[in-house]
This record gives sequence, structure tokens and C-alpha cells, in this order.
Amino acid sequence: MSMDDLKTSRRGFLMSSAAAGGALLAAGTARAEGADPLITEVQDWASGLGDGVDATPYGMPIEFEADVVRRNVPWLTADPISSINFTPIHALDGTITPQGCAFERHHSGAIELRKEDYRLMINGLVDKPLVFAYADLERFPRENHVYFCECAANTGMEWAGAQLNGAQFTHGMIHNMEYSGVPLRTLLEEAGMDAAGDLSDKWVYVEGADASSNGRSIPMEKALDDVLVAFKANGEALRKEHGYPVRLVVPGWEGNMWVKWLRRIEITDHAVESREETSKYTDTLADGTSRKWTWVMDAKSVVTSPSPQSPITHGPGPLVITGLAWSGHGAITGVDVSIDGGANWQKARLAKPGAKMALTRFYLDIDWDGSEMLLQSRAHDETGYVQPTKAQLREVRGLNSVYHNNCIQTWHVNTDGSAENVEVS
Amino acid sequence: MSKFPKFIAGTALATLIAAPAVADVYGLGREALPEEIAAWNVDISPDGSNLPEGSGSVEDGEILFSDNCAACHGEFAEGAGNWPKLAGGDDTLANDDPVKTVGSYWPYLSTVFDYVHRSMPFGAAQTLSYDDTYAITAYILYSNFLVDDDFVLSKETFMDVEMPNADGFIIDDRAETEYTQFTEANACYENCKDSVEITMRATVLDVTPETEEEASVQDASEEAPVEVAAAETEAPAEEAAAPAMAEPDPELVAAGENVFKKCKACHKVGEGAKNGTGPMLNGIIGHPAGAVEGFKYSSGLQDAAAGGLVWDQAAMTQFLTKPRDFIKGTKMSFVGLKDQEDIDAVIAYLSTFE
Repeated sequence: MSMDDLKTSRRGFLMSSAAAGGALLAAGTARAEGADPLITEVQDWASGLGDGVDATPYGMPIEFEADVVRRNVPWLTADPISSINFTPIHALDGTITPQGCAFERHHSGAIELRKEDYRLMINGLVDKPLVFAYADLERFPRENHVYFCECAANTGMEWAGAQLNGAQFTHGMIHNMEYSGVPLRTLLEEAGMDAAGDLSDKWVYVEGADASSNGRSIPMEKALDDVLVAFKANGEALRKEHGYPVRLVVPGWEGNMWVKWLRRIEITDHAVESREETSKYTDTLADGTSRKWTWVMDAKSVVTSPSPQSPITHGPGPLVITGLAWSGHGAITGVDVSIDGGANWQKARLAKPGAKMALTRFYLDIDWDGSEMLLQSRAHDETGYVQPTKAQLREVRGLNSVYHNNCIQTWHVNTDGSAENVEVS
Repeated sequence: MSKFPKFIAGTALATLIAAPAVADVYGLGREALPEEIAAWNVDISPDGSNLPEGSGSVEDGEILFSDNCAACHGEFAEGAGNWPKLAGGDDTLANDDPVKTVGSYWPYLSTVFDYVHRSMPFGAAQTLSYDDTYAITAYILYSNFLVDDDFVLSKETFMDVEMPNADGFIIDDRAETEYTQFTEANACYENCKDSVEITMRATVLDVTPETEEEASVQDASEEAPVEVAAAETEAPAEEAAAPAMAEPDPELVAAGENVFKKCKACHKVGEGAKNGTGPMLNGIIGHPAGAVEGFKYSSGLQDAAAGGLVWDQAAMTQFLTKPRDFIKGTKMSFVGLKDQEDIDAVIAYLSTFE
């Protein structure tokens, strides 16, 4: 779906919410004056008939949710074919991201590759170089895991200051799916690694079948640990834009390494230093030197609602503050929420205990007094790491790191319930 | 998950590595044929391993680059629009706005060759021959002042090229510089700040996409034809107003306009021309060098101007033949025009702009 298809703009939504504030209040709180005709009068849907089971062999969200879609930021890149869009995290709940609105990042566009035309090669320092057809992959023992995939550039536009007004744009380069696939380790063992000798200094170079190839070098330790060669997500085949028919899943590590349309796996004795691991996805520090091999996504969280695209549309009283937390180092152990810009923090409730390298949903249920708030969240992970402020990150890295911005985000919530992306002292 | 370099010294690896010895083999897949491996195993490594036989010159690269790359990356690899700049940016990495190019940032030449051959041109990847890839890579090096104009890149000369930022990278050090301080022990929970002030607001920048943008784009496109029409009606009037100029051969001028396409990315001419990457060139022919207001010339050109250089036919001919030979240290990263007819034509074309 493109921006053009959108029936409702974000601003349009905000304006309509503001204009219809009174009506929303009434409807939302179910305290209409007099008897509610939605109850006292027989409605069409309560009298006539709905769609038959043959109407929608594969369903799309109902039209009233047409605003819950991926969006892109046109000025970010030269061309939408080599670009990124953003998951509407402000409008989702739970932790699983539906494939249809999970962010996309391609370097040469989302290609169409039939299973019948799919080939996966394993070569390099292996005992026997192999070629697999798609059907071969389905015959290896399979595993299921839920993992988040976050682009290294998520929140990257916010380094120099509060820039994009919405959680979708500041934090939407992330999705979280349940993958079914074969451990990469299984495939490497099938090819045999005796030829590689000592594996401790070996690498696995992976590349895609698309024109960008997007080659990346992964240290053998990670390759043998938890990397998956996946062909299903959330129970169904990978969508085209997520690498159909086969993509790599590299838990906790930057999304660029999750090579889509995976076509080749090569065991090497060095990092190949491809374009995506030298000129891009390296983090420049204030003194001009740059970090490379910054693979792990550090612990991070964001309040998804209320947020600029998800304002409070009811008045004072019960308010659900919710958001997402994740860590590439393991499980989230806790999330703190501040409503006063980081002066005081309280523990949020985790919807479920944190799981390794997967999104965790948190809630803070408050009785909002209708006053302004500076909403922040702060993630803790199992290593004892605590999500830093933007000032703390800048202190170490300067302003030109681009990637790996896992700073604490602030939303300024006004008395009318609207919210804005701000930075605070 | 520990970082890789640390991991090598760790003990967990032993456990991970030990297992494959007892691994099951399923007998799935088939052996890859040598010609299949050769077709796909084309990645090039920093040490030059896997480089193919072949070679390409800066001279050939300039033409290939113009044909295959310049639409996005500019005639001189300076970049067009939002597309990547491939040249320039020297010594900017510690600046507020670093310019990361092949010359200023890329640590390995192998990456350039590998990427150009495997993934470029955009929309026609894997159509360049190895020789063409060597030539384009050579031209990108030349655009960055890293090789001379007579340089030929080949498997043999590849490792001779020194990349300026080869030592500009360190391996991920977050474990030492960040993880030790962003900890539970350092986390504050109550009265962490005396006061909280909003220091910046996203709505001030107003760069968040809106559907309303479509409306403004439409407005702009409706206005555009009007502007074009105005320009067309004004142009003849301008020509009529300049009768004093010696009329150059119209055919030569037309040919020069075509040659000038190579220059247009940096140099503007005509009504309202402004300085860009290079100075605007209205009135350049017959006038003193280094005199366009507001343009920051290289010290080499400033010296020449101080010495009384005037852009007459002879001087401009020499300059355009080999810019870097005529003005040492010129910022103009253009290899020069080989054809005397092209030089005459472009000078004739330029002479029509007062």
C-alpha cells in the first residue's frame, strides 16, 4: 500500500479527533445524554446480513483501520526503491507485528522470487559445497522462535534533536514475528566444517538474491548460536517484502544482517567488509573515527501510546500508558516510566515476562489528572544494562553516529491530550 | 551475547564448536558445481583475494561513469540530489556534517569493486564487465584525487592504492565505553532532576510527512508551466538585447551546448545562474579569472588570477585540455576534454552568455 492509498492522513486523524473531542468523550465514556440510539434503535448490522465466508479468501484489516499502515519519509532517501518505511507501532498492541504492516527496508526493491526458482548455496571453507532447493530446506528439523528485527538506523534521525513527530517515525523501524525455520548451524553441519579447521576465527558471509545482494559477514560464534534460516513468519509464508521465500534471522542483531531472499552462505577466514559493513552500518564518533561491527541492538523502549499519532482522546481519569521494550542482549527484565521528564520513575507492568531478543509489551495504568506530562520509558535487560538518555549517548558518541540510537524518548502530552516529540533538559 | 573479539578468548566457543563433530547429516541438497560456485562466489575481500583478471583506465572509466553512473552520482562522482556522493568530503568526518564518500570514508578499495560489480548500476546490476568495473573504480579513485589521470587499475595494481580512511575504524567498543556506565547501579529513580525544561520540539522543524504534502506538490506542478512559459518568452528578448557581441557560429554553439552537459552539474549559465559546486559561468570568456563574486576559488586559481590570467580562447583551451595541469590544485575534478572540437564548441557556447 502506498501513501496515495491512504484515505486518512495522520494530521487528518489528529484534526478530526480534536474537532470531535466532545463527541469522542461522550462516545468513549458511554455517558451519552438520554438513551443511546445505538442501543434503543435496531441497527442495520443487527437486522441484515454480513459477508459470506467466500467473500474474503485472504482477509485484510477492516476499512475502519485504514490508518494503521506503514508510512515512509520521502526526504530520507533518494528513491523509494532503495528506502525504508515504518511500522505503525503507535496503533498496535501486544507484541507480534502483522507482516502486512511490518516495516520494510530494501536496497534494490522487494523482488518476486518463486520457491521453484529458489536456490541456496553453501560454499567456502566447507567439506562439500552444497546447493539446496526450497523443498530441501523443508526437510530439515525446524524450530519456532519469536524475535524482534530492528534496523540499526531506527531513531537515527533523532541524534541531532527531536525531529519526527510520531512513534511510528521515531521508532517504527522494528517488527517482531514468530519465525519457523532451520538453524543455520544445521545447514553448515550438512556441508561439513572440518575444512574450516579452528572455527573460533571463522566467519559466515551471507548474501541475498536481489540486485543489492546486501552481503554481510557474521562471526561463526553467532552463526552457530541462534541464527535461523526462516521461511515462515507468524505462521504463514514470508511476505515478498520480508524476503520470500527464505530470509536469515539474526536474533538481537541489526536488521541489515537479516539478509532477505538468502541465496548464499560462505564460510570465510575473514570479514568480507562489504559495502553494508563499511560505508554503511558503521558508527562515526565525534573525533571522526568510526565503530565497525556494532552488531548488537542495545536495550531500548518507547511509549507507543499516548504519543503524537495516538493522542489522549478522553478527558482526565483512567489512562493506559503503553509501550514496547526490547534488547539484543537478551530478555527485558523491567521497564520504568516517568511522567515528569525523567525526574521520577515508576515501574511499569510487563504484559508477560520478557523473552530473549523479543519485544516486551509494558503498561502503566494511571489516573490522569489532565495536566501536562513529559512521558518517558526506560528499559532494563538481563545483563543489568539500563537504557540511557540521549545526552548520555551524545557524551560518548557525539552527534554523527547515525546508527544505534537507543536513547530514552520523550513525548510532551498537553492538557488537551495531544502529544509532541520533544527533548528535555 | 558477547562481542566477537572477546568471544575468541572465551570458553563458550568450545562448547559451540565441539557439537558439530557429532552432528547429524541428513543427506539433503546436492553438491554445488564449480561453474555454479564461480557464478555466485564473486565477493572481493580487502586483501584483494578473489579479484578477477582484467584492467581499466581512468580515461575509459570517465566515459563509462558518465554513461552508467553520473545520472545519480554526478559527472564527477559529486552526487546528484539525495543520491550518494562518491567523491570529496576529505577531512570532514569530525565535522558537524561529515561527508562520507569513497575517498573520505571507505576503508577498502575491494568494497568499491565488489559493490560496483555486484550491485550497480541501480536497476541494471551485474551488467558491467570486469574491465568496466576496474575502469569505473579507477575513475572514482581519480575523482577523489587518489590516482593520476593516466592510472590503470588492474588485479596487479589494485593493492597499490591507499585508501585515506583505512585506519579510521575501531571495532565495537560499547562494552568498555557504554555498558559499564549505563547500569542498574547508576540508575536514578526519585528526584533525579531539579527541573525539567523542554529544549527542542519536533513541530518546530516540521519535517514529519503529511498527506497534505500531496496538495502542495500539486500546487507546485500547476505553477511550473507558467514559469517555463515566462522563461521562454524572456529568452529571445535577452538575445536581442545583446547585439554588440560577435556572433559565434550557431552550429558550433549548438555543439557546445551538448558538450556543456558534462559541466552542468557544477556550472550554471544563463538567466539567474548562481554559483554551485563550481562558479556560474556567465561572461567567463574574455574576462579575468577568479572573479566571480561569492565563489571560493582554490588557492591555485587565486594565484593564477593574481598573476593576471584572463580566460581568453587560448587560456581556456589549455585549461579544458587538462585542468589539473594548467591550474595546480584546482578544485575542478574534471579530467579534461580530449577533443579540440569539443573545446572550441564549449567555448563558443560559453561566449553566448554575457
